[in-house]
Amino acid sequence: MDLCLRGGRVIDPVRKLDGTADVIVKDGVLADCGPGIAARLPKGGIVLDVAGLWVVPGLIDLHTHLREPGQEYKEDIASGTAAAAAGGFTAVCAMPNTVPPNDTRAVTDLILRRAREVGAVRVYPVGAITVGLRGESLAEMGELRDAGCVAVSDDGRPVMSAELMRRAMEYARTFGLPVVQHCEDLALSKGGAMNEGPVATRAGIRAQPGAAESVMVARDIELCALTGARYHVAHVSTAESVRLVRDAKRRGLPVSCEVTPHHLTLTDDACAGYDTATKCNPPLRAAADMDALREALRDGTIDAIATDHAPHSSVEKDVEFEQAAFGVLGLETALALALDLVRGGVLTPSSLVDRLAAGPAAVFGLPGGSLAVGAPADMTVIDPEAAWRCAPDAFRSRSRNSPFSGRELRGRAALTMVGGKISFSEERFRG
Amino acid sequence: MSGFPHRHLLGTQTLSASDLTTLLDLGERFLEIAERPIKKVPTLRGKTVINLFLEPSTRTRTSFEIAAKRLSADAVNISGAASSTVKGETLLDTARNLDAMSPDVVVVRHAQAGAAELLASRIRARVVNAGDGAHEHPTQALLDCSTIRKHKGRIEGLKVAICGDVAHSRVARSNIFALRALGASVRVAGPRTMLPAGVESLGVEVHHRIEPAVAGVDVVMMLRIQKERMGEGLFPNTREYARYFGLNQQRLALAKADAIVLHPGPMNRGVEIEPAIADGPRAVILDQVTRGVALRMAVLYVLAGGEAQE
Repeated sequence: MDLCLRGGRVIDPVRKLDGTADVIVKDGVLADCGPGIAARLPKGGIVLDVAGLWVVPGLIDLHTHLREPGQEYKEDIASGTAAAAAGGFTAVCAMPNTVPPNDTRAVTDLILRRAREVGAVRVYPVGAITVGLRGESLAEMGELRDAGCVAVSDDGRPVMSAELMRRAMEYARTFGLPVVQHCEDLALSKGGAMNEGPVATRAGIRAQPGAAESVMVARDIELCALTGARYHVAHVSTAESVRLVRDAKRRGLPVSCEVTPHHLTLTDDACAGYDTATKCNPPLRAAADMDALREALRDGTIDAIATDHAPHSSVEKDVEFEQAAFGVLGLETALALALDLVRGGVLTPSSLVDRLAAGPAAVFGLPGGSLAVGAPADMTVIDPEAAWRCAPDAFRSRSRNSPFSGRELRGRAALTMVGGKISFSEERFRG
Repeated sequence: MSGFPHRHLLGTQTLSASDLTTLLDLGERFLEIAERPIKKVPTLRGKTVINLFLEPSTRTRTSFEIAAKRLSADAVNISGAASSTVKGETLLDTARNLDAMSPDVVVVRHAQAGAAELLASRIRARVVNAGDGAHEHPTQALLDCSTIRKHKGRIEGLKVAICGDVAHSRVARSNIFALRALGASVRVAGPRTMLPAGVESLGVEVHHRIEPAVAGVDVVMMLRIQKERMGEGLFPNTREYARYFGLNQQRLALAKADAIVLHPGPMNRGVEIEPAIADGPRAVILDQVTRGVALRMAVLYVLAGGEAQE
């Protein structure tokens, strides 16, 4: 179906576009883009009036947990990608801590097959660094790459051994795969459920210091210098970590990092009432860390906003705080929270699009991230000021563990298009 | 009697000086019941109190049981090892099942912080926190304040030193909140490994040696050293702990001449406290236990006695 998105504010930092323009999609491909060209739409095509809305390259989430195979009661590829589409994402990178983990191409093949069958958006699998995510021996990265993995990570767990991390970086570099690390020195963190600090002290909760993250960031940066591998810090959360990444970039090292919307919005104060919907790893940190993350996002030290969407059911969350599983939902609230940063002066509309589309694409070398003529039509139409209430029962995710439950939010995806097909749209664009 | 405007007793952090004084005053009145030949009043007759103790306890559990029975309530005790929690039943399911039997009060002790809060938000019964992980142990703080007030005549203006493993101590936290609300100034002391991150933000003076902490204080409160923490690298052994952080005669002599010594129990004699001091005239440890029953009667009374506000 050919269509034209007419009269929207087209924002594409890669092509240096920010202005009113029409976008024409033909045969699933972005065919034309420019002001006042709606008439070029072939006969039979549909015109969608998007005046007052933003038209941007499809948003890409570098860090999502789709829970399939193995934990479909929390989320599966169908529900997770539906949530992604509703959140404005046209592509998600699926983390390997499934059951069984994605450490063999058999699992990669399954994920991609399911994505073809029921996926609402593109799914790029991330393969494991080590077998079983146990941090002991390397996974078959060559096969994982050939099967379609775009990066490797043991996310959920760190690779504790410096020796193994070094070899993993060298081996991954052999296949052109970026290495994504969940930075957490387990000896220092000891499963602490909150950020170490006055709030945890008051609450009596076992906590982990920010240093548990930054010591590993520091170590891995040195290993990156040694091996030349492309290294990406998952869900960065402390001022120290971003300081280290900024310095690494200044040294010219191939280091990148991502931050979650919840780390940009909430501090450890949110955990004071033992609400397990605020329990995540890395934990919510102090205000000074949040300020440093925002500044790092603004100045480009942080390359991408990535949700770390981590669905959990009431079985894992309706329990004592220290007992509860780590993780919060993110796909359906990310855009509103990112737009808050635009309203708050941390990002411009253009840099927002960069951190949610071009930046992610560049980090993993993914297609997309820009409204290139001739490329598959992956686009997101954003209503930046739409007011809505975060009601988890209305989520397309199978789970409900969002720390923003009940919040009044502003901004949402009005329409999500993947390869020219509409994966999600508001009432006004249907029928 | 002024009302107690809380539905549950989950901690001292949110109690005002007035709330605390209400409970302390009530505790004084209930004390004398223990002196009678027939230690019973009909106040809570027909009320059901369930003691859900999912962590070991001698003092607190017995104290709550006796408190309920002296008020003529029906007290039911559930201990973790004998409950279906060993079959994997969740805390919430346990609580909801008990709640379905319509207890008036559930007293809960649990190894994890926030457990009492979790119950309070989900069951109909009033909830009393008998100790949740390292978070709070409000009735301990109440009985400690009651003991201090009795021996010193007041709390306001007193200097109190709390010494030991503050990081893992719910007794320390509850006492810090309560004592400060009542106008005392509080110092904490212990090796750096035992003082939690941001402890100054609790409004206490921080020391890393006992001597400056106890200098000139009215009250010395010693916390139990948990020997299992040796394996975690918090302190090398009990010998060193006793030598550098234990309460001995020289250190006690730095406090005021009439300073009193408290300990929540159980004590490690010869480790955090010298036996002679524990058994000596300055220690009020057994008074604490006696007052514990009275304060717990006061708490059960305000929550289940029909005079509490919703």
